[in-house]
Amino acid sequence: MPQLDITAFSPQIIWLVITFLVLYVLMAKIALPRIGSILEERQARIDDNLDAAQSLRNESSAEAEAYEKSMAEAREQARSAIYDATQEMSADSARRHEELGTRLSGDLKAAEERISQAKEAAVAGIHEAAASVAAQATERLIGIEPADEAVASAISTALDTSVKEAG
Amino acid sequence: MAEAHNPLEQFEIKTLIPIKIGEFDASFTNSSAFMVIAVIAATALMVFAVRPRAGVPGRWQLLAELSYQFIAKMVSDNIGKEGRPYFPFIFTIFMFVLFGNFIGMVPYSFTFTSHIAVTLTMALVIFVLVTIIAFIKHGFHFFSFFLPAGVPIVLAPLMIAIEVISYFTRPFSLSVRLFANMMAGHTLLKVIGGFVVPLGIFGVVPIAGLVAVTGLEFLIAFLQAYIFTILTCIYINDAIHLH
Repeated sequence: MPQLDITAFSPQIIWLVITFLVLYVLMAKIALPRIGSILEERQARIDDNLDAAQSLRNESSAEAEAYEKSMAEAREQARSAIYDATQEMSADSARRHEELGTRLSGDLKAAEERISQAKEAAVAGIHEAAASVAAQATERLIGIEPADEAVASAISTALDTSVKEAG
Repeated sequence: MAEAHNPLEQFEIKTLIPIKIGEFDASFTNSSAFMVIAVIAATALMVFAVRPRAGVPGRWQLLAELSYQFIAKMVSDNIGKEGRPYFPFIFTIFMFVLFGNFIGMVPYSFTFTSHIAVTLTMALVIFVLVTIIAFIKHGFHFFSFFLPAGVPIVLAPLMIAIEVISYFTRPFSLSVRLFANMMAGHTLLKVIGGFVVPLGIFGVVPIAGLVAVTGLEFLIAFLQAYIFTILTCIYINDAIHLH
Protein backbone atom coordinates (compact mmCIF):
# COMPACT_ATOMS: atom_id res chain seq x y z
CA MET A 1 0.00 0.00 0.00
CA PRO A 2 1.64 3.27 -1.09
CA GLN A 3 -0.01 5.07 1.83
CA LEU A 4 2.22 3.28 4.31
CA ASP A 5 5.47 4.23 2.61
CA ILE A 6 7.12 6.21 5.39
CA THR A 7 9.65 7.86 3.06
CA ALA A 8 6.79 9.56 1.21
CA PHE A 9 5.43 11.12 4.42
CA SER A 10 7.72 14.09 4.79
CA PRO A 11 7.16 15.65 1.32
CA GLN A 12 3.42 15.21 1.72
CA ILE A 13 3.35 16.76 5.18
CA ILE A 14 5.62 19.65 4.19
CA TRP A 15 3.52 20.49 1.13
CA LEU A 16 0.32 20.00 3.08
CA VAL A 17 1.48 22.59 5.60
CA ILE A 18 2.58 25.01 2.87
CA THR A 19 -0.57 24.75 0.75
CA PHE A 20 -2.89 24.73 3.74
CA LEU A 21 -1.30 27.87 5.16
CA VAL A 22 -1.50 29.60 1.78
CA LEU A 23 -5.17 28.68 1.47
CA TYR A 24 -5.79 29.79 5.06
CA VAL A 25 -4.24 33.19 4.46
CA LEU A 26 -6.12 33.65 1.18
CA MET A 27 -9.42 32.69 2.80
CA ALA A 28 -8.99 34.54 6.09
CA LYS A 29 -7.50 37.73 4.66
CA ILE A 30 -9.24 38.10 1.31
CA ALA A 31 -12.09 35.73 0.47
CA LEU A 32 -14.07 35.55 3.70
CA PRO A 33 -14.02 39.27 4.61
CA ARG A 34 -15.01 40.11 1.04
CA ILE A 35 -17.92 37.67 0.93
CA GLY A 36 -18.94 38.66 4.44
CA SER A 37 -19.07 42.31 3.43
CA ILE A 38 -21.04 41.46 0.27
CA LEU A 39 -23.59 39.55 2.33
CA GLU A 40 -23.79 42.33 4.90
CA GLU A 41 -24.20 44.96 2.22
CA ARG A 42 -26.98 42.99 0.62
CA GLN A 43 -28.70 42.45 3.96
CA ALA A 44 -28.42 46.17 4.68
CA ARG A 45 -29.85 47.00 1.28
CA ILE A 46 -32.74 44.58 1.71
CA ASP A 47 -33.47 46.04 5.15
CA ASP A 48 -33.31 49.57 3.76
CA ASN A 49 -35.68 48.70 0.95
CA LEU A 50 -38.06 47.05 3.37
CA ASP A 51 -37.97 50.11 5.60
CA ALA A 52 -38.59 52.40 2.64
CA ALA A 53 -41.48 50.22 1.49
CA GLN A 54 -42.93 50.26 5.00
CA SER A 55 -42.73 54.06 5.25
CA LEU A 56 -44.26 54.46 1.77
CA ARG A 57 -47.04 52.17 2.82
CA ASN A 58 -47.68 54.19 5.96
CA GLU A 59 -47.69 57.35 3.88
CA SER A 60 -50.12 55.98 1.34
CA SER A 61 -52.44 54.67 4.02
CA ALA A 62 -52.44 58.13 5.62
CA GLU A 63 -53.29 59.62 2.23
CA ALA A 64 -56.09 57.13 1.79
CA GLU A 65 -57.41 57.98 5.22
CA ALA A 66 -57.40 61.70 4.43
CA TYR A 67 -59.18 61.00 1.16
CA GLU A 68 -61.80 58.93 2.96
CA LYS A 69 -62.26 61.70 5.48
CA SER A 70 -62.70 64.42 2.87
CA MET A 71 -65.08 62.16 0.95
CA ALA A 72 -67.18 61.65 4.06
CA GLU A 73 -67.18 65.39 4.73
CA ALA A 74 -68.30 66.17 1.20
CA ARG A 75 -71.01 63.57 1.43
CA GLU A 76 -72.23 65.05 4.69
CA GLN A 77 -72.22 68.54 3.17
CA ALA A 78 -74.18 67.40 0.16
CA ARG A 79 -76.69 65.66 2.35
CA SER A 80 -77.27 68.75 4.50
CA ALA A 81 -77.55 70.95 1.39
CA ILE A 82 -80.17 68.62 -0.06
CA TYR A 83 -82.02 68.63 3.26
CA ASP A 84 -81.99 72.43 3.43
CA ALA A 85 -83.23 72.78 -0.13
CA THR A 86 -86.00 70.27 0.44
CA GLN A 87 -87.03 72.02 3.61
CA GLU A 88 -87.09 75.42 1.89
CA MET A 89 -89.02 74.10 -1.04
CA SER A 90 -91.64 72.41 1.10
CA ALA A 91 -92.04 75.56 3.22
CA ASP A 92 -92.45 77.61 0.05
CA SER A 93 -95.04 75.30 -1.37
CA ALA A 94 -96.96 75.24 1.90
CA ARG A 95 -96.97 79.02 1.98
CA ARG A 96 -98.22 79.26 -1.59
CA HIS A 97 -100.82 76.65 -0.92
CA GLU A 98 -102.09 78.68 1.98
CA GLU A 99 -102.14 81.91 -0.03
CA LEU A 100 -104.04 80.21 -2.78
CA GLY A 101 -106.49 78.81 -0.25
CA THR A 102 -107.13 82.26 1.31
CA ARG A 103 -107.60 83.87 -2.08
CA LEU A 104 -109.92 81.15 -3.25
CA SER A 105 -112.01 81.24 -0.10
CA GLY A 106 -112.23 85.09 -0.44
CA ASP A 107 -113.39 84.73 -4.02
CA LEU A 108 -115.86 82.04 -2.94
CA LYS A 109 -117.34 84.34 -0.29
CA ALA A 110 -117.68 87.21 -2.71
CA ALA A 111 -119.32 84.95 -5.24
CA GLU A 112 -121.73 83.60 -2.64
CA GLU A 113 -122.63 87.16 -1.63
CA ARG A 114 -123.24 88.12 -5.21
CA ILE A 115 -125.37 85.04 -5.69
CA SER A 116 -127.48 85.77 -2.61
CA GLN A 117 -127.89 89.44 -3.67
CA ALA A 118 -128.94 88.30 -7.12
CA LYS A 119 -131.29 85.83 -5.53
CA GLU A 120 -132.85 88.48 -3.26
CA ALA A 121 -133.16 90.82 -6.20
CA ALA A 122 -134.77 88.09 -8.21
CA VAL A 123 -137.12 87.20 -5.42
CA ALA A 124 -138.07 90.87 -4.97
CA GLY A 125 -138.61 91.15 -8.77
CA ILE A 126 -140.83 88.07 -8.70
CA HIS A 127 -143.02 89.70 -6.01
CA GLU A 128 -143.38 92.92 -8.03
CA ALA A 129 -143.94 91.08 -11.29
CA ALA A 130 -146.44 88.72 -9.66
CA ALA A 131 -148.23 91.67 -8.00
CA SER A 132 -148.49 93.61 -11.25
CA VAL A 133 -149.53 90.47 -13.11
CA ALA A 134 -152.09 89.69 -10.43
CA ALA A 135 -153.42 93.34 -10.36
CA GLN A 136 -153.79 93.49 -14.11
CA ALA A 137 -155.40 90.03 -14.17
CA THR A 138 -157.84 91.08 -11.44
CA GLU A 139 -158.63 94.32 -13.27
CA ARG A 140 -159.31 92.46 -16.49
CA LEU A 141 -161.40 89.84 -14.77
CA ILE A 142 -163.49 91.98 -12.47
CA GLY A 143 -162.78 95.52 -13.60
CA ILE A 144 -161.68 96.65 -10.19
CA GLU A 145 -158.23 97.79 -9.51
CA PRO A 146 -157.28 96.12 -6.25
CA ALA A 147 -155.32 98.02 -3.64
CA ASP A 148 -151.61 97.59 -3.91
CA GLU A 149 -151.18 96.45 -0.28
CA ALA A 150 -153.76 93.70 -0.59
CA VAL A 151 -152.17 92.34 -3.74
CA ALA A 152 -148.72 92.40 -2.25
CA SER A 153 -149.71 90.52 0.90
CA ALA A 154 -151.67 87.96 -1.03
CA ILE A 155 -148.80 87.36 -3.36
CA SER A 156 -146.28 87.02 -0.62
CA THR A 157 -148.54 84.57 1.27
CA ALA A 158 -149.00 82.51 -1.87
CA LEU A 159 -145.33 82.55 -2.80
CA ASP A 160 -144.27 81.64 0.72
CA THR A 161 -146.69 78.69 0.69
CA SER A 162 -145.42 77.48 -2.70
CA VAL A 163 -141.85 77.97 -1.66
CA LYS A 164 -142.59 75.93 1.47
CA GLU A 165 -144.35 73.26 -0.55
CA ALA A 166 -141.50 73.14 -3.00
CA GLY A 167 -139.36 72.70 0.07
CA MET B 1 0.10 -6.35 -17.23
CA ALA B 2 -0.81 -7.27 -13.69
CA GLU B 3 1.37 -4.42 -12.50
CA ALA B 4 -0.44 -1.86 -14.66
CA HIS B 5 -3.84 -2.95 -13.37
CA ASN B 6 -2.95 -2.84 -9.72
CA PRO B 7 -5.85 -0.87 -8.15
CA LEU B 8 -3.48 0.70 -5.62
CA GLU B 9 -1.15 2.05 -8.29
CA GLN B 10 -3.17 5.28 -8.42
CA PHE B 11 -2.09 6.09 -4.87
CA GLU B 12 1.61 5.99 -5.75
CA ILE B 13 3.51 9.12 -4.77
CA LYS B 14 5.66 10.24 -7.69
CA THR B 15 8.34 12.82 -7.25
CA LEU B 16 8.07 15.57 -9.83
CA ILE B 17 10.76 17.97 -8.57
CA PRO B 18 13.18 16.56 -6.01
CA ILE B 19 13.85 19.06 -3.20
CA LYS B 20 15.92 18.41 -0.11
CA ILE B 21 15.85 20.58 3.01
CA GLY B 22 18.65 19.31 5.21
CA GLU B 23 17.75 15.76 6.14
CA PHE B 24 14.15 16.15 5.00
CA ASP B 25 12.76 15.14 1.66
CA ALA B 26 10.56 18.06 0.60
CA SER B 27 10.14 17.01 -3.02
CA PHE B 28 7.35 18.44 -5.07
CA THR B 29 5.26 15.34 -5.83
CA ASN B 30 2.02 14.60 -7.66
CA SER B 31 0.35 14.92 -4.26
CA SER B 32 1.83 18.40 -3.80
CA ALA B 33 0.75 19.33 -7.33
CA PHE B 34 -2.86 18.47 -6.60
CA MET B 35 -2.72 20.32 -3.28
CA VAL B 36 -1.60 23.39 -5.21
CA ILE B 37 -4.40 22.81 -7.78
CA ALA B 38 -6.94 22.51 -4.95
CA VAL B 39 -5.73 25.78 -3.42
CA ILE B 40 -5.90 27.51 -6.80
CA ALA B 41 -9.40 26.14 -7.48
CA ALA B 42 -10.69 27.12 -4.04
CA THR B 43 -9.15 30.57 -4.39
CA ALA B 44 -10.63 30.96 -7.86
CA LEU B 45 -14.06 30.18 -6.48
CA MET B 46 -13.84 32.19 -3.29
CA VAL B 47 -11.86 35.19 -4.50
CA PHE B 48 -12.26 35.64 -8.23
CA ALA B 49 -15.86 34.45 -8.55
CA VAL B 50 -16.96 37.20 -6.17
CA ARG B 51 -14.96 39.91 -7.96
CA PRO B 52 -18.09 41.57 -9.42
CA ARG B 53 -19.44 42.02 -5.86
CA ALA B 54 -22.86 41.83 -7.46
CA GLY B 55 -25.91 42.68 -5.39
CA VAL B 56 -27.69 39.93 -7.25
CA PRO B 57 -25.09 37.16 -7.46
CA GLY B 58 -24.29 35.18 -10.58
CA ARG B 59 -23.86 31.41 -10.54
CA TRP B 60 -20.28 31.29 -9.30
CA GLN B 61 -20.69 34.07 -6.79
CA LEU B 62 -23.77 32.33 -5.45
CA LEU B 63 -21.78 29.12 -5.06
CA ALA B 64 -19.11 31.00 -3.10
CA GLU B 65 -21.73 32.72 -0.94
CA LEU B 66 -23.52 29.43 -0.28
CA SER B 67 -20.24 27.82 0.81
CA TYR B 68 -19.63 30.74 3.15
CA GLN B 69 -23.11 30.58 4.61
CA PHE B 70 -23.02 26.78 4.85
CA ILE B 71 -19.90 26.80 7.02
CA ALA B 72 -20.92 29.96 8.89
CA LYS B 73 -24.17 28.25 9.87
CA MET B 74 -22.33 25.06 10.81
CA VAL B 75 -20.00 27.04 13.08
CA SER B 76 -22.78 29.04 14.72
CA ASP B 77 -25.00 25.98 15.17
CA ASN B 78 -22.26 23.82 16.68
CA ILE B 79 -20.12 26.30 18.58
CA GLY B 80 -22.20 29.45 18.88
CA LYS B 81 -20.87 33.00 19.05
CA GLU B 82 -17.53 31.91 20.49
CA GLY B 83 -16.86 29.97 17.30
CA ARG B 84 -16.46 33.13 15.26
CA PRO B 85 -12.63 33.36 15.55
CA TYR B 86 -12.26 29.77 14.32
CA PHE B 87 -14.49 30.29 11.29
CA PRO B 88 -11.64 30.95 8.79
CA PHE B 89 -9.75 27.88 10.01
CA ILE B 90 -12.81 25.63 9.78
CA PHE B 91 -13.71 27.07 6.41
CA THR B 92 -10.19 26.41 5.11
CA ILE B 93 -10.35 22.81 6.32
CA PHE B 94 -13.67 22.32 4.54
CA MET B 95 -12.46 23.86 1.28
CA PHE B 96 -9.16 22.01 1.33
CA VAL B 97 -10.71 18.60 1.95
CA LEU B 98 -13.67 19.22 -0.38
CA PHE B 99 -11.53 20.33 -3.30
CA GLY B 100 -9.04 17.52 -2.59
CA ASN B 101 -11.88 15.00 -2.76
CA PHE B 102 -13.57 16.51 -5.80
CA ILE B 103 -10.43 17.05 -7.86
CA GLY B 104 -9.52 13.45 -7.03
CA MET B 105 -12.68 12.40 -8.89
CA VAL B 106 -11.21 13.60 -12.17
CA PRO B 107 -9.80 10.56 -14.03
CA TYR B 108 -6.00 10.20 -13.88
CA SER B 109 -5.79 12.79 -11.13
CA PHE B 110 -4.47 12.17 -7.65
CA THR B 111 -6.49 12.29 -4.42
CA PHE B 112 -4.24 13.67 -1.69
CA THR B 113 -6.95 13.05 0.94
CA SER B 114 -6.57 9.30 0.31
CA HIS B 115 -3.23 9.40 2.12
CA ILE B 116 -3.04 8.78 5.84
CA ALA B 117 0.00 11.07 6.05
CA VAL B 118 -2.15 14.01 4.95
CA THR B 119 -5.31 13.24 6.92
CA LEU B 120 -3.43 12.26 10.06
CA THR B 121 -1.37 15.47 9.95
CA MET B 122 -4.54 17.52 9.65
CA ALA B 123 -6.28 15.57 12.40
CA LEU B 124 -3.26 15.87 14.73
CA VAL B 125 -3.03 19.61 14.13
CA ILE B 126 -6.74 19.93 14.90
CA PHE B 127 -6.32 17.77 17.99
CA VAL B 128 -3.41 19.81 19.31
CA LEU B 129 -5.16 23.11 18.56
CA VAL B 130 -8.33 21.97 20.29
CA THR B 131 -6.39 20.88 23.36
CA ILE B 132 -4.52 24.21 23.46
CA ILE B 133 -7.83 26.11 23.16
CA ALA B 134 -9.27 24.03 26.00
CA PHE B 135 -6.29 24.78 28.26
CA ILE B 136 -6.37 28.50 27.45
CA LYS B 137 -10.11 28.71 28.16
CA HIS B 138 -10.30 26.49 31.23
CA GLY B 139 -6.79 25.90 32.59
CA PHE B 140 -6.59 22.74 34.68
CA HIS B 141 -10.33 22.71 34.98
CA PHE B 142 -10.12 21.16 31.52
CA PHE B 143 -9.47 17.76 33.13
CA SER B 144 -13.05 17.72 34.40
CA PHE B 145 -13.87 17.00 30.77
CA PHE B 146 -12.85 13.40 31.40
CA LEU B 147 -15.40 12.93 34.18
CA PRO B 148 -18.89 13.95 33.12
CA ALA B 149 -20.93 15.54 35.90
CA GLY B 150 -23.35 13.30 37.79
CA VAL B 151 -21.36 10.08 37.37
CA PRO B 152 -21.33 7.92 40.54
CA ILE B 153 -17.90 7.97 42.16
CA VAL B 154 -17.67 4.17 41.91
CA LEU B 155 -17.81 4.40 38.13
CA ALA B 156 -15.31 7.26 38.01
CA PRO B 157 -12.19 5.19 37.20
CA LEU B 158 -13.99 3.42 34.37
CA MET B 159 -15.51 6.63 33.00
CA ILE B 160 -12.19 8.47 33.14
CA ALA B 161 -10.49 5.62 31.30
CA ILE B 162 -13.16 5.58 28.61
CA GLU B 163 -13.18 9.35 28.21
CA VAL B 164 -9.39 9.58 28.02
CA ILE B 165 -9.20 6.82 25.43
CA SER B 166 -12.01 8.34 23.35
CA TYR B 167 -10.31 11.73 23.55
CA PHE B 168 -6.94 10.46 22.37
CA THR B 169 -8.38 8.28 19.61
CA ARG B 170 -10.09 11.32 18.09
CA PRO B 171 -7.28 12.22 15.67
CA PHE B 172 -7.05 8.64 14.49
CA SER B 173 -10.77 8.13 13.93
CA LEU B 174 -10.95 11.51 12.23
CA SER B 175 -8.06 10.81 9.87
CA VAL B 176 -8.74 7.14 9.17
CA ARG B 177 -12.39 7.85 8.34
CA LEU B 178 -11.46 10.29 5.58
CA PHE B 179 -8.47 8.40 4.24
CA ALA B 180 -10.20 4.99 4.24
CA ASN B 181 -13.33 6.34 2.57
CA MET B 182 -11.41 8.03 -0.21
CA MET B 183 -9.07 5.13 -0.74
CA ALA B 184 -11.81 2.50 -0.69
CA GLY B 185 -13.93 4.42 -3.17
CA HIS B 186 -11.12 4.95 -5.63
CA THR B 187 -9.94 1.36 -5.30
CA LEU B 188 -13.48 0.12 -5.93
CA LEU B 189 -13.76 2.26 -9.05
CA LYS B 190 -10.45 0.89 -10.30
CA VAL B 191 -11.41 -2.72 -9.57
CA ILE B 192 -14.77 -2.44 -11.31
CA GLY B 193 -13.07 -0.63 -14.18
CA GLY B 194 -10.70 -3.57 -14.53
CA PHE B 195 -13.65 -5.84 -15.42
CA VAL B 196 -14.86 -3.75 -18.34
CA VAL B 197 -12.42 -4.76 -21.09
CA PRO B 198 -12.02 -8.52 -20.26
CA LEU B 199 -15.84 -8.99 -20.29
CA GLY B 200 -16.12 -7.78 -23.89
CA ILE B 201 -19.71 -6.95 -24.80
CA PHE B 202 -20.85 -7.72 -21.25
CA GLY B 203 -18.59 -4.92 -20.10
CA VAL B 204 -21.66 -2.67 -20.10
CA VAL B 205 -22.64 -4.22 -16.77
CA PRO B 206 -19.53 -3.02 -14.91
CA ILE B 207 -19.79 0.28 -16.79
CA ALA B 208 -23.30 0.77 -15.41
CA GLY B 209 -21.90 -0.09 -12.01
CA LEU B 210 -19.09 2.41 -12.53
CA VAL B 211 -21.57 5.18 -13.32
CA ALA B 212 -23.55 4.39 -10.18
CA VAL B 213 -20.46 4.15 -7.98
CA THR B 214 -19.05 7.37 -9.44
CA GLY B 215 -22.27 9.15 -8.44
CA LEU B 216 -21.96 7.63 -4.99
CA GLU B 217 -18.31 8.70 -4.82
CA PHE B 218 -19.26 12.32 -5.49
CA LEU B 219 -21.71 12.13 -2.61
CA ILE B 220 -19.03 10.58 -0.39
CA ALA B 221 -16.49 13.20 -1.49
CA PHE B 222 -18.83 15.92 -0.21
CA LEU B 223 -20.03 13.94 2.79
CA GLN B 224 -16.54 13.16 4.07
CA ALA B 225 -15.51 16.80 3.77
CA TYR B 226 -18.68 17.71 5.66
CA ILE B 227 -18.06 15.10 8.38
CA PHE B 228 -14.42 16.10 8.77
CA THR B 229 -15.45 19.74 9.15
CA ILE B 230 -18.39 19.21 11.48
CA LEU B 231 -16.31 16.96 13.75
CA THR B 232 -13.72 19.74 13.92
CA CYS B 233 -16.54 22.07 14.96
CA ILE B 234 -17.72 19.62 17.61
CA TYR B 235 -14.20 19.20 19.01
CA ILE B 236 -13.73 22.97 19.19
CA ASN B 237 -17.12 23.25 20.86
CA ASP B 238 -16.07 20.64 23.44
CA ALA B 239 -12.91 22.62 24.08
CA ILE B 240 -14.83 25.87 24.60
CA HIS B 241 -17.81 24.58 26.54
CA LEU B 242 -16.43 21.30 27.94
CA HIS B 243 -19.36 18.98 28.56
